Amino acid sequence: MGILVDKNTRLVVQGITGGEGSFHTRQMMEYGTNVVAGVTPGKGGQKFDGKVPIFDTVEQAVRETGANASVVFVPPAFAPDAMMEASEAGIPLVVCITEGIPALDMVKVKDYLARRGTLLVGPNCPGVITPGQCKVGIMPGFIHRPGPIGVVSRSGTLTYEAVYQLSQLGLGQSTCVGIGGDPIVGTTFVSVLELFQVDPYTEAVVLIGEIGGTAEEEAAQYIRTSFSKPVVAFIAGQTAPPGRRMGHAGAIIAGGKGTAKEKIEALEEAGVVVCPNPAEIGKTMRSVLRK
Amino acid sequence: MKIHEFQAKELLRAHGVPTPRGAVVSQPEEARRVAEELGTPVVLKAQIHAGGRGKAGGIRLARSPEEAEQLASQMLGMKLVTAQTGPGGRIVRRLLVEEALDIERELYAGLVLDRAAERLVFMVSGEGGVEIEEVAARSPEKILKEHADPAHGLADFQLRRLAFGLGLRDELMRQALRLFRGLYQAYLATDASLAEINPLVVTRDGRLLALDAKINLDDNGLFRHPELLALRDLEEEDPLEVEASRYHLNYIRLDGNVGCMVNGAGLAMATMDVIKLYGGSPANFLDVGGGASAETVANGFRILLSDRNVRAVLINIFGGIVRCDRVAQGVIEASRQVGAKVPIVVRLQGTNAEEAARLLEESGLNFLVASDLAEAAQKAVAAASVA
Repeated sequence: MGILVDKNTRLVVQGITGGEGSFHTRQMMEYGTNVVAGVTPGKGGQKFDGKVPIFDTVEQAVRETGANASVVFVPPAFAPDAMMEASEAGIPLVVCITEGIPALDMVKVKDYLARRGTLLVGPNCPGVITPGQCKVGIMPGFIHRPGPIGVVSRSGTLTYEAVYQLSQLGLGQSTCVGIGGDPIVGTTFVSVLELFQVDPYTEAVVLIGEIGGTAEEEAAQYIRTSFSKPVVAFIAGQTAPPGRRMGHAGAIIAGGKGTAKEKIEALEEAGVVVCPNPAEIGKTMRSVLRK
Repeated sequence: MKIHEFQAKELLRAHGVPTPRGAVVSQPEEARRVAEELGTPVVLKAQIHAGGRGKAGGIRLARSPEEAEQLASQMLGMKLVTAQTGPGGRIVRRLLVEEALDIERELYAGLVLDRAAERLVFMVSGEGGVEIEEVAARSPEKILKEHADPAHGLADFQLRRLAFGLGLRDELMRQALRLFRGLYQAYLATDASLAEINPLVVTRDGRLLALDAKINLDDNGLFRHPELLALRDLEEEDPLEVEASRYHLNYIRLDGNVGCMVNGAGLAMATMDVIKLYGGSPANFLDVGGGASAETVANGFRILLSDRNVRAVLINIFGGIVRCDRVAQGVIEASRQVGAKVPIVVRLQGTNAEEAARLLEESGLNFLVASDLAEAAQKAVAAASVA
């Protein structure tokens, strides 16, 4: 049934009355996601679009509606607090879409959530979708098809590109997880791969990385020792200049480290098929599956 | 965001980190006056946003106030090319004039986010004055590290461990603790992404000072530090990049001839990569945001066409939530306004892509429409090499 989110997901939207929050709540509901509650401090008691009850606190939302996942559409200054509130209320999965959260805040938030056993996806990510069942995030639902390919990525639109290519070739997706483009993100490649490894519906994985940090190298290490399904990867930023931040806060070659070359080499050594051409991610997966 | 050495030192001093006495000047006579006040010899340090200044002639010693003035007149206005500036170099507009110290030891102290450990790491080394990456590659055992607990921060015992590791004792030990604490506080107070003192020097008269300092700020933290925004030096940035930042566009100028405009950072990098793969060279990185409204598209378009090296343009938009027909309208309006003279390859995929293609074709403008990323890149590279 895919990983992280499915038909049993009961979603609370934090920041449901904001511009982004309200727009994407409607999109998620249209896709079939079970949005059970919204939270905007001070607007408790109202209803969103006449349907979804709004609460002042996440704790109330959980108590009243049994919400078991949260999505955060709160501006960067307040998103760290929103994530901690969801965690403290006992929500097991928090997906944070917000871009622009200071790295020092994320150090604290990640530690706070980890100590409470909360799984965090993001921030600065498109979210998670299990096609045909549940969409938690901002990705265009219509490009996805249910199927056996797991997708995990640090990017947004590049993931849509890869998913689109897969769907065009008839290769549906089990779950697509955007882990986010910040230097510190909740769920890493490795933690998503661990979930794909034990998910019976996932037969192969597309991994989309980019310059900066060592998350791809850690994924390569895990794949080499513990991952049994085929992996096709693409690493963005092969032509990126060093020392410059390429849009994502985490996409920077710093002190000569975090280059695409290092990541590609590590993945290839782990037996991953690294696709040099982003236009051929889908085709590469198809040929890997035919072998 | 990068800031100058003299600005980094001001921030450090505010947190109790001692630095040499000195002042910033922009005129040769000022350098003379500062040298007279400080007493000679003095050191003149070019203030640019790049390292490697010493080897490139950006740091000079003056033995008299007259010599300070003379050297300053040579250095101010010069184009300084260092290993880090690229061949274009940087114009020197300001000098930091400081007392010259009698140095016994050169050490290193720095704080940075350890992404793998997901916490801050405080690093020191007995090998100061050389780049820490060089030390890390050559002899990693010479770097001592302490990680800050996310909830409790760095404890004094950790800082003592670092100071003892450097062989600092007694009075120097006490100075080191104060200085390390100050560096850590400065990092937290400014939402830095890097704070480095290299070299950290021990003088012959037993003082510990930050001889050089570098602080990079986390752009995401700037919203809560409006006072730090004033430290931004637009002269150090590419004018097109400055203009793009006014429209909240992520634009980075490169040296190729295929201009590109893409929505989303990952797809923008991938588009650059695919241009290279088909034998071309990207002129820029431009991410107009996952949403890509008609207005941002128009602004982005104008900026990338201001780069005179651009011989062809590749627009690659994956329309998800954003509708491709809206983007197409933005592209058409922008091309009319700007009067683009180079070939424009457009690839719009996703919501309303067919409607978008029709709009582009019926616009009467000379767009080359491509249906996938590979075709788009091939067309753009071919157009750039002909033009």
